[in-house]
Amino acid sequence: MHAYLNSTALIVAAYVVAAVLFILSLRGLSSQETARRGNLYGIIGMAIAIAATLATNTSALDAAKFQPVLFAAIGGGAVIGAIMAARVGMTQMPELVALLHSFVGLAAVLVGYSLDRKEVPAFGLRIEIFVDVWIGAITTTGSILAFLKLRGSVSGRPLLLPARHFLNLAMLVGSITCAALYAKDANQTYLYAGTAIASVLGVHLVAGIGGADMPVVVSMLNSYSGWTASAAGFMLHNDLLIITGALVGSSGAILSYIMCRAMNRSIWNVIFGGFGAAPPKPVAKGEAPAPGEVQEIDATTLAATLKSSKEVIIVPGYGMAVARAQHAVRELTDILRKEGVNVRFAIHPVAGRLPGHMNVLLAEANVPYDIVHEMDEINADFPTTDVAIVIGANDIVNPAAEDDPTSPIAGMPVLQVWKAKLVIVNKRSRAAGYAGIDNQLFYKPVTKMLFGDSKDAIEKVVTTLKA
Amino acid sequence: MKLGIVKETWQGERRVAASPQVVAKWVKAGWGVQLERGAGELASYPDSQYETAGATIVDRAAAWGDSDIVLKLRPPTTSEVEQLREGCTLISYLQPAQNTELVDALAKRKVNALAMDQVPRISRAQKMDALSSMANISGYRAVIEAAARFGSFFTGQFTAAGKVPPAKVLIIGAGVAGLAALGAAKGLGAIVRAFDVRAAVEEQVKSLGGEFLTVTIKEAGEGQGGYAKEMSKEFLDAEYALFRAQAKEVDIVITTALIPGKPAPKLWFTDMVEMMKPGSVVVDMAAEQGGNCDVTKPGEAIDHKGVIVIGYTDLASRMAHVASDLYGTNLLHFLDEMGGAKGWKIDHDNDAVRPALVLEKGEKMWPPPPPAKKPEPAKEAPKPAPVAEKKPVEPAAKAPAKAHGGGHAPAPRPPSKGLGIVMSLLGLIAAGVFLYLRFGHVDALASPATQDFLQRMTVFVLAIFVGMQVVWNVTPALHTPLMSVTNAISGIIVIGGLLGAIGALTPSIWLAIAATFFATINIAGGFLVTRRMLAMFRK
Repeated sequence: MHAYLNSTALIVAAYVVAAVLFILSLRGLSSQETARRGNLYGIIGMAIAIAATLATNTSALDAAKFQPVLFAAIGGGAVIGAIMAARVGMTQMPELVALLHSFVGLAAVLVGYSLDRKEVPAFGLRIEIFVDVWIGAITTTGSILAFLKLRGSVSGRPLLLPARHFLNLAMLVGSITCAALYAKDANQTYLYAGTAIASVLGVHLVAGIGGADMPVVVSMLNSYSGWTASAAGFMLHNDLLIITGALVGSSGAILSYIMCRAMNRSIWNVIFGGFGAAPPKPVAKGEAPAPGEVQEIDATTLAATLKSSKEVIIVPGYGMAVARAQHAVRELTDILRKEGVNVRFAIHPVAGRLPGHMNVLLAEANVPYDIVHEMDEINADFPTTDVAIVIGANDIVNPAAEDDPTSPIAGMPVLQVWKAKLVIVNKRSRAAGYAGIDNQLFYKPVTKMLFGDSKDAIEKVVTTLKA
Repeated sequence: MKLGIVKETWQGERRVAASPQVVAKWVKAGWGVQLERGAGELASYPDSQYETAGATIVDRAAAWGDSDIVLKLRPPTTSEVEQLREGCTLISYLQPAQNTELVDALAKRKVNALAMDQVPRISRAQKMDALSSMANISGYRAVIEAAARFGSFFTGQFTAAGKVPPAKVLIIGAGVAGLAALGAAKGLGAIVRAFDVRAAVEEQVKSLGGEFLTVTIKEAGEGQGGYAKEMSKEFLDAEYALFRAQAKEVDIVITTALIPGKPAPKLWFTDMVEMMKPGSVVVDMAAEQGGNCDVTKPGEAIDHKGVIVIGYTDLASRMAHVASDLYGTNLLHFLDEMGGAKGWKIDHDNDAVRPALVLEKGEKMWPPPPPAKKPEPAKEAPKPAPVAEKKPVEPAAKAPAKAHGGGHAPAPRPPSKGLGIVMSLLGLIAAGVFLYLRFGHVDALASPATQDFLQRMTVFVLAIFVGMQVVWNVTPALHTPLMSVTNAISGIIVIGGLLGAIGALTPSIWLAIAATFFATINIAGGFLVTRRMLAMFRK
C-alpha cells in the first residue's frame, strides 16, 4: 500500500496546483465572459495532475514500470471521448452527461477491485475500498438507467414498486452487513455482493423518478460521481482525488438543490416521492371540471399578429429540444427583431432535462444570451407583453401551480404567461405534460393553440413572415 | 382616408397634434396625412421633417376643409369650426361639459367629434389617454420650473465651503402629475413627501421613493374614474393642520388637486403661503381650474411676501416637443383602436371609444350611457398591487411591476428546513457507522493511520465548502457546461487507475488499466464538449 504514497515534493506541488486550477475552473463558470477560461484551467489542471503522476512513478524503481498497454488505454479513451464530444447533438447533451457519469462510477469500481486484488488489504483500507466500490456502483447503474431513460430506450414513466421504501432500506442494511463481513475477513465474495446490491439500488433509485424530474436526477448523479472520486481518494490516500471529488460532489448537490427549489419540492419528494404518474388520487383523469374548448390559430394569422406586436416573450421547453426547433426559433427571433419587435426568452429553471438545457440549445442556435432571461428576471414583465409563445413546455407554465392547491405541482413557481395579452401554445397534441396534469392554460380565453411539431410550426411562421 | 393636422391657435400654445415620427407611422399604415404649414414650428418640428415623413404641406383652408379626420390638440374656436367640411371628423380636446356652445357649433356642421379628454381611464385605454400623457409632462415641468426659481440646490451637498441640506418638496395629490413630479424631484435629489386622500396610492408614492403623508381620520377618498372625491369637514380640518405643519418645513409645494367637473379645491391658503420660508416656491398645477392656492394668478409667476407662487397653465406646452410626440402617439393608438387606416369606423360597442364620442353626424352622443357602476375595481380588487388604480402614467405603472418583482410564487415553501435536518442526521449516522467500522477495533485511535485519516477528513470537508462557495455563483444559464466540466474533472479518478497500473500484468493491473481507459473517455469527452458548448454562447 505504501507504493501509492509517493510524497516527493514534485507531486505534492503538482497536486496543489491542479487542485487550485480546478477551483478556478468552477469559478470561471460563474459568468459567460470567464467560462471559456474556466474550462481551460480545468484542462491544464488535469494535464498537470496526469503528467506529474506519470513522471514521478516512471522514474521510480525499474521494476515498477507502466505497461505499454496502459498508454494504449489512455490514447484509446481520449480518442473515444473526443469523438463522443464532437458528435453529440446539443439536444442529446443530457444523455451524454449521464453516460459520462457512469464512466466515473465504473472507473471507481474498477480501481477498488484492482486495489483489493493487489494484495490482501489492511482492515481500514478494506472499508475504504468497500465504500468506494459501493458508491461507484450506484453511480454507474443509476447513470446508465438515466442515460437510457433520457435516450428514450426506457420509458420515462417512474417505476413504483409497492414496497419501494422498504426495499431501499433492506438494501442499505444488506450493504452495511456486507461491508462489515468484508471488513472482518477480507472475503471478496462480500465485496462483490455489496457491489451487486449497490447496482440494484442505483437502478431502483433512478427507476422511481419520472421524466420531468430528470434535471434533478442528472445533477444528483453528478454529485455521486464526485463523492465516488472522493471515496477513491480516501482509499488511495490521495488528497487531490479527495479535493476534486468534494468539489464536484458539492457542485452537483447544489445543482440538485437549486432544481428542487425551482419546483418547490424537497429532494426527498423527488427521490422517493415517485412523482409524475399514478398519483395517489386520479387527479389527471375524469375529475377535471369539463375543460372548455381550446382555440386554435394558424401560422399565417400568427405571423401577422407577431409582426404587429411590440413585446414578445418565448418560453421554450423540452418539446423544442425534441423537435430540434431551436434554429427555427432563432430565425423567427431574428426576423421579428429586425422588424423592431422586442423578442426575449424566458427560461424556467427546470425547463428541459438538464439544468441550463434550454440555454445551451439557444446558444447553439446563436441566440444572443443577453435576451435570454431567467424566470425571476422576466416573470414580472408578462403583463406588458403582447404575445407569449410557449414552445413545447407544459408544467412550467401551468397556472394550476398557483391556483389549485390540490394540484401535484401546487406551489411550484411557474412562468406567468397567462398574464400576457395573447398566449400562443405550440404543442404536438393535447396530451398532458410529464407531470400528467391537465393544463388549464390551454382553455384560457387569452390562449390560442398552435398544434403541430414545433419545428414545422415555427418554420411555417417564418416562411410566412419572409414572404 | 386623409388625416389633417392643423395649427394650434390658442395664445402661447406651442404644441401640435402629432410629431413627424407619428406621421411616418400613419403614412406607413396607409393613411394620407396633410399638415397645415408651420403647424409644428413652435414644437421644433419644421415642415421639412413632416414632408420627409410623407405628409403633404397644405394651407390652412385645405387642412381644415379637405381632411377626413381633423386632428387637433386644444378645442377649436367657433370660427375654426366653420371651416370644417360636413361629415368629417374632428378629434381633439373638447371638454363637452364646459364647452356647450362649441358642441352646438360643431353639431350645426354635422360632423363627428371625438374628445380626447373623454377617453376613459380603463387599463385598456391607457395608451390613448392623452390627459395622462400631458399630466406626466406637466408634473415633470412643474419641478423644473420650481427648481429654476428656487435659490438653492435640490440635492444636499457637502462642499469645502460647508454643508447644504437637500430641498424638501411637498406634493399634494399623487395622481399622474403628482407622481411624475415626485419622480422628477426625487431624481434631482430632494426629499419628497406626497399627500393624497386616496390610501391606495401610498404604495405608488413609496415605490418612487417618496414619503406618504396622510391624516388619521379614516375616510376613503376614491371617487369614480380614479379621481379623488370631496371629503368631510373633519377630514379637511385634519388635512389643513397637517399642511400648516408642513408649510413651515418645506421649500417647495406642488399642488395637483382636481375634482372633475368642479373648480379646483382650495387647500393651500394665504396663511400657509405666508408661513413658508422666504424664497420658497409654490407651483399650482391646478391654476387653469382656478388653482389650489389662494394667491395663485393663472398663467403667471408672482411673488407673495417673498414666496414665489407659479400658476402657469401651459406647463405641458413648455415641453412642446415631447408633448406633441406623446399626444400624437395617443392619437395613433386611438385611430388604431377605431380600426386603423383600413377599417376605421365609429363603434358604439367599443368601451374605449364610446365615452369619447361627443357628436356623430351632428347628433349629440355625449354624455355616454353610464357604464356599469365601478366595474373595474370590483374585478381587479383581489390583485395585490393597485393596478386597478386608473392613473396610468409611467411611474405609476412601474410601481406595481416593482412590487411584483420576484414575487411569483403565491406561498413559496421555505427552502426545506426539514431536508437539511434529515440530511445532516443521515450523514451523521453514516459517518458514525463508518467510523465504528473503521476504527472500532482496539488501539486504532493511537495508530498513525487514524491521524492520517483525520487529516484527510479535514481536507475533504474544507474542499466541500470551497466547492459550495464557488458553485453558488454559477449563473443558471451555464448549469449544463458546469455539469460537463465537473464531469470531466471527476475523471481525476484516472490518477487512481494510473497509480494502480504499475508492475507486471496481473488481474489487478488489468483492472486498473480498464479504469484508466474509462476515466480518460470522461476527461476527454467532458472537457471537449464543454468547450464546444461554451464556444456557442455569444452576446
